[in-house]
Amino acid sequence: MSKKRLYLILGFVLVAYVVLAVAPAFAQDTTEAEYRLFPKIGSRNAAWIAAQLHLLFGSFILGVPMFAVIIEFIGWKTKDMRYDRMAQEFIKLCMGAFSTTALLGGVLVFILIWCYPKVMTKLSGIFGPTMIFYVFLFFGETFTLYLYSYGWDKMQGRHKGWHLFLGVLLNVFGTAIMFVSNAWLSYQTSPATQYGVLSEGRRKSWIEEKLAADPALTPETAMEGVTSHTMVPLHNETTGEFMGTVWDAVNNFTWMPVNIHRLVGNIAFGGSIVAAYAAFRFLVAKTKEDKAHYDWMGYTGNFIALCGLIPLPFLGYWLGREIYMFNNTMGINMMGSLFSWLFIIQAVMIGVLFIGANYYLWSGMGRIEGAEVYARYRPYMITVIVICVAIWMTPRTLSKISSASELSAMGGANHPHLGLFGLMTAKNTAVNIVILTTFLSFLFYRRSGKTPTASWKKVGNVAISSIFFLATVSIVVIGIVGFTVPTDLRVNILTPYQVLVALAVMAIVTVVDIFMYRKATTSGTIKWGEMTDRSQYVLILVAITFTSLMGLMGYARSGLREAWHIFGVMQDTSADAFTPLLSEAVNMVAIIMVVFFALVGFIFWLGLWGEKKKQAAAAPMEGEVAVESDD
Amino acid sequence: MKRLSLFTICLIILVGSWVFLRFVVGGVISVPIPSSVIGMYMGLIIIAILVHISVEDSRFREFLRPVHETLIDDKRRIRRRVIAVLIPIFLLGYTYSIIAQRANPPGSPRDAHPSPPLELTYKDAVIGTMQDVVNPFRHYEKDDPEAFKAHVENGRRVYHQNCFPCHGDHLDGQGHFAPYLQPLPANFQDPGIIPNFQESFFFWRIAKGGPGLPAAGTPWDSAMPIWEDYLTKDEIWDVILFLSDYTGYQPRTFGEAH
Repeated sequence: MSKKRLYLILGFVLVAYVVLAVAPAFAQDTTEAEYRLFPKIGSRNAAWIAAQLHLLFGSFILGVPMFAVIIEFIGWKTKDMRYDRMAQEFIKLCMGAFSTTALLGGVLVFILIWCYPKVMTKLSGIFGPTMIFYVFLFFGETFTLYLYSYGWDKMQGRHKGWHLFLGVLLNVFGTAIMFVSNAWLSYQTSPATQYGVLSEGRRKSWIEEKLAADPALTPETAMEGVTSHTMVPLHNETTGEFMGTVWDAVNNFTWMPVNIHRLVGNIAFGGSIVAAYAAFRFLVAKTKEDKAHYDWMGYTGNFIALCGLIPLPFLGYWLGREIYMFNNTMGINMMGSLFSWLFIIQAVMIGVLFIGANYYLWSGMGRIEGAEVYARYRPYMITVIVICVAIWMTPRTLSKISSASELSAMGGANHPHLGLFGLMTAKNTAVNIVILTTFLSFLFYRRSGKTPTASWKKVGNVAISSIFFLATVSIVVIGIVGFTVPTDLRVNILTPYQVLVALAVMAIVTVVDIFMYRKATTSGTIKWGEMTDRSQYVLILVAITFTSLMGLMGYARSGLREAWHIFGVMQDTSADAFTPLLSEAVNMVAIIMVVFFALVGFIFWLGLWGEKKKQAAAAPMEGEVAVESDD
Repeated sequence: MKRLSLFTICLIILVGSWVFLRFVVGGVISVPIPSSVIGMYMGLIIIAILVHISVEDSRFREFLRPVHETLIDDKRRIRRRVIAVLIPIFLLGYTYSIIAQRANPPGSPRDAHPSPPLELTYKDAVIGTMQDVVNPFRHYEKDDPEAFKAHVENGRRVYHQNCFPCHGDHLDGQGHFAPYLQPLPANFQDPGIIPNFQESFFFWRIAKGGPGLPAAGTPWDSAMPIWEDYLTKDEIWDVILFLSDYTGYQPRTFGEAH
């Protein structure tokens, strides 16, 4: 039997199996159903897979244009075409992933409409106008991306400014699309907003509801204790009917923290995927030129991912704070109860990201002559990072991972000393120090192979060392004080102050360092392409970790609603109304991660294939020219 | 004196770290650390060592040199044979340690903190939402210190009449019944207990006791009685005032949003 025939038979069997598996779904009652069961894997799993894959692709195609346009701008201003080519290559990757994102979005919508018709009716009833707006934005983004990508070569020279404008416009459309869809999901978590930003209509109906519920109240007494920050539900608390405006629903309590967290997360994720792509190309590259190019691209991707990663813990913390403020029970579920172990896994994964990013920077210093002077600091930096990651991943309560004899030896579920590491004040201190250490690694990388000529270089170095020392002491002292003050003070004042110290150090030291090394002599150039293969595998590991982390935290964000489609308003009465175990979620996220990388790998391979075809087609033409010349 | 190889130094760091965690931190400085936590820390230390040795090719080769020599050099024949015997013995011991039956029950699989309901009730009557209910006597702290003191004193009386046998006279969870309870009573002197929860959470835990805990996150196995059957609403609020007054920790409050 020929191979072709065998594949045909196998394909037929596969199609037949899928048809038979899906067939029972068509036997379901398709009228007025509240839920319909997705065959074999269940509705929730189907929606979960489609939503997560759509989000991962979406994150990539929204993140990449943000830094591509900046890199293009740098290339334009410095007149260095290498930047321009790299930005174009980034956008080519984006183009490949764009249609897959749209396709997955369509699949998700079909699954939701088929499996959750009542929920979708409710949501589309509230968000209908935004869905129409979304369609327009989608068209805007699609056409801008096509113009931006296909017009790249034609809009060089005097049209470059317009091309950059298209890039900015693409980002505006992309960000707006994300903000609109974030409104739908954040509303499901927090269908309420603050009195100060509420529409006039909802203010009135809310007061009327209060008066109807308690006849003893008057319009004046009903307003007692109400401030602009008072949380107001957007639904009638008796009937569940939506009473607000579309803007009330969009501007729900957790909308903006989710927006900002995702916006920066997209940059980090996009950077890491680009770096992983470059790492793969580096590993398979045959020529020195290709190795040098993809080494540089990988470095840039990792740098972008780091820039996004550094503020992410703070933004995640802000989102967590807002969830606590919206609903304390939800907050306790997140950090102290149902989902608390997820945050231990999160700490491990973020630890991997920071260790990986530092490892890559240290490996990169191996290709710069004169970087050896900084190698002696490395063991200390590794020690600091590992101690901080250890603090970050130390669980507060050890009952689930200790035997009965270990628990009684500790005198309870909390270790009397290590248990302190389980509190947020210790963890925030640790993360700020990890960030400063990573920044120090980057500073050493930047200085490698350069000798400053500024007359004040000694004073400058002493000043920078002192800034680092004082900042570290301040962060640790604030962390210790955090154990003794009321939580409100710690969350709203001390923790932001710690963050400000870390950010201020990065800003001040960068400025001082730029001036100090402005006219530095170069003792060794960067030998692009001379990186170890290990460092490239680290880049791939970082991308895998980012992907898994996004999947796991998505499970937390969505799972926080527990048995509600819309928290406190519309109950989930389907067969999937239980919170999946952490082990189930981890398995599901792992499957999604593998599928995502398989799809991304396929898309990138298609790009490579096309490139090879072009090169193959170009080769004989060059040969023909050569023959003609000989003649 | 012969310089130690990088491999030996790494081995010393690894073993030294384990001894430090197991016997110094978990013995001299503090109480024993659960083996799972030590395992977690050791995993990190191994990663740190791997990072250090593999960043540079030259260092990586230096690290592998003794391994390479042991495997192929005839002068290291004895070392090779000793290792060849030790590896199966180690694996045997490890396998035995995993499968051997022990009279050591696993710890409690309960969650760190139970999830409170959305509404706070007392004897089935709704007081309000968990988010919004505040201690009705807390405002006396600023408005009427004498009245506040009286409520705290009442809380002290209620505590010593009802709670101290388990939670202890220092509120540290070391009451004279405590050693016989699993899970152990809450330690209010721990900085992670009172500051992390609103007063409404404490009211709920006291009022509903062990039997009132939610279905999710079971088994709880808490021996805490349902105190709403024995105490008035005001007595429960007073006890909560006493807990924070005695320990110096303020229950969680929420500042202005955004």
